[in-house]
Amino acid sequence: MHKSDEKLIDKNGLRMDGRKPDELRSTKIKVGILGNADGSAYIEQGKNKILAAIYGPHEAHPKHRALHDRSLLKCRYHMAPFSVDERKSPAPSRREIELSKVIRHALEPSIFLEYYPRTAIELYIEVLQAHGGTRCAGITVASLALADGGIPLRDLTVACAAGKVDGHVVLDLTDNEDKKGQADVPLAIMPNLNAITLLQMDGQLTISEFEEAIELAIKGCKQLYEKQKEALRAKYVTAEGEEE
Amino acid sequence: MSMVTRIKQKQIAQLVNDGKRLDGRELDKYREIKLEIGVIEKAEGSARVLLGNTEVLVGVKVGIGQPFPDTPSEGVLTVNVELVPLASPMFEPGPPNENAVELARIVDRGIREAKTIDLEKLCLQPGKTVLVVFIDVYVLNHDGNLIDASAIAALAALLNTKTSKYEIEEGEVKVKPGYNQLSIRNHPIAVTSAKINGKLIVDPSLEEEEVMDARLTITLEKEGKICAVQKGGPGQFTREQIMEAVKTAETKSSEIRKMVVKD
Repeated sequence: MHKSDEKLIDKNGLRMDGRKPDELRSTKIKVGILGNADGSAYIEQGKNKILAAIYGPHEAHPKHRALHDRSLLKCRYHMAPFSVDERKSPAPSRREIELSKVIRHALEPSIFLEYYPRTAIELYIEVLQAHGGTRCAGITVASLALADGGIPLRDLTVACAAGKVDGHVVLDLTDNEDKKGQADVPLAIMPNLNAITLLQMDGQLTISEFEEAIELAIKGCKQLYEKQKEALRAKYVTAEGEEE
Repeated sequence: MSMVTRIKQKQIAQLVNDGKRLDGRELDKYREIKLEIGVIEKAEGSARVLLGNTEVLVGVKVGIGQPFPDTPSEGVLTVNVELVPLASPMFEPGPPNENAVELARIVDRGIREAKTIDLEKLCLQPGKTVLVVFIDVYVLNHDGNLIDASAIAALAALLNTKTSKYEIEEGEVKVKPGYNQLSIRNHPIAVTSAKINGKLIVDPSLEEEEVMDARLTITLEKEGKICAVQKGGPGQFTREQIMEAVKTAETKSSEIRKMVVKD
C-alpha cells in the first residue's frame, strides 16, 4: 500500500470530493430487497454499492460444526470481479478471508445466538462496486439484513472508518484517500451499548491521533445509525395499516 | 465451549478479578521470551522465539521476482503462516485457514506499515526485476499469543537476513560473491491484550485465549507511533479499554524491542 504526502485536502480545507474532514459520503440504504433471502439490505455509500443477505437460522452444514449452546454464525465477505478497476478473481483472496472473519466477530456480539442452539445463520456480503471502506459499509448493511430477517439483536451494529489524510484526521475515507493517506482506522460499534466490536488500523498514527480517529469514527457511526433506523422504518413503518 | 473450558473459564475469570492468573503472572506481565537467531543455515535469515511454551520459527527466503505494477521500483514482501499440525491438536494439515491468514496479515501489516524493509533498495531493474522477501512463519508449539511471538520472530529473522549480491549485466541477473545485509529501518513490535471478565491481561496463554471475550493487538514502531491494530474474537471493547491496551502496548513494546534489537 502506498502512503505518500500528495495533496488530498485543498486550501479551503476540503477534500478531493468536496467533503469537509468530518463529513460522511452521501449514503442511501434500503432494507428488504431480495426475494429469496430471509433478510436483505443494500447500501450505497459514495460509490460503494454493497448487498447483504442472510439465510437462517436453519440446520447447520456440515452438522459437526453445529454448536450445542448457540447458533453458528457464518459470514462471507466477497467482492464481485467487476467491483474494482482491475478484474478481481472471484476466488476468495487472503484479504477477503481475513475480512470475513473480522466482520463475523464485529456482528456476533449483537446477535442473541443463544436463542438458536444447533443451528446456523449464514450471512453473505457482496461488494458490487468498491470505493474504499467496504468492510465498514458491509457491516452497516449486514446488520440491517439481520434485522430484516427477524434475528433478535441486542443493538444494530454500525461501522465507519476514520483516518489520516494529508496530515488531517478525516472521516469515511475513499479508496484514493486510503491508498494515498497516512492511516486508516475502520471501526464498528453497537451505538446503544458503548461497545466497539471491530477495530483495525494500518498506516502510522501517534497515540493522540489514534484516539482522535476513534472518536471521529464513532461520530460517523452515530450518524450512519440514524440512516439505518430510517431505512428500517421506511420498510416496516410504511407497511403499517396496509395489507401486511 | 466444552465443559472443561467452562469450568476453567470460571476459575480464570475469578483469578483475573483478583488481579491474578492461572500461571501466577501479574495481569501486565509477559511470559519469558527466549530468542535464538540464525537457526536455519539454508535460510537467508531465521529466528526461533519461545514465548513461555509457545514456539515459533521464522525463516526468511529472498528470491528474484517481478514488482507489482503499481510499485515498479520496489521489492516485494510476503508473509505466510503455517499452523503446522505438529504444533497443536487443534491444527490440521491443508491450505491456510482463516486463523493462519489473519495471523499472517497482522504480522505483514506491522512490518509493512512501519516501513521496516527498505523496499526501494530491493529493486534491480525498475518494472522488471526486484528481490522478493518471503517471511514464512512456522508455528511449532501453540500455547497462546501466536501473534506477538510471530511478530518478534519475524523481526528478529529480518534483522538477521543476508542476501546474495545481485547485479544486472546485459539485462540479466548475475550473482556476485559476498552478501548484503538486508536494510531494516524500523522495528515494529506487536503487543496483544485479551479481555477476560471486563479486565485486560497482556500476552494471553492458550487457556486464557480459550475463555477470553476478545483480544486487541497494537503494533508500535520504534518512534512510538501505532502502525497496526487488530481486534480479534467475538467480543467487544469500550473506548477506555482500547486506550488502556494502547498504554500497555507502549510500555511493553519498548521493553521487548530492547531485547530483540541489539545496537
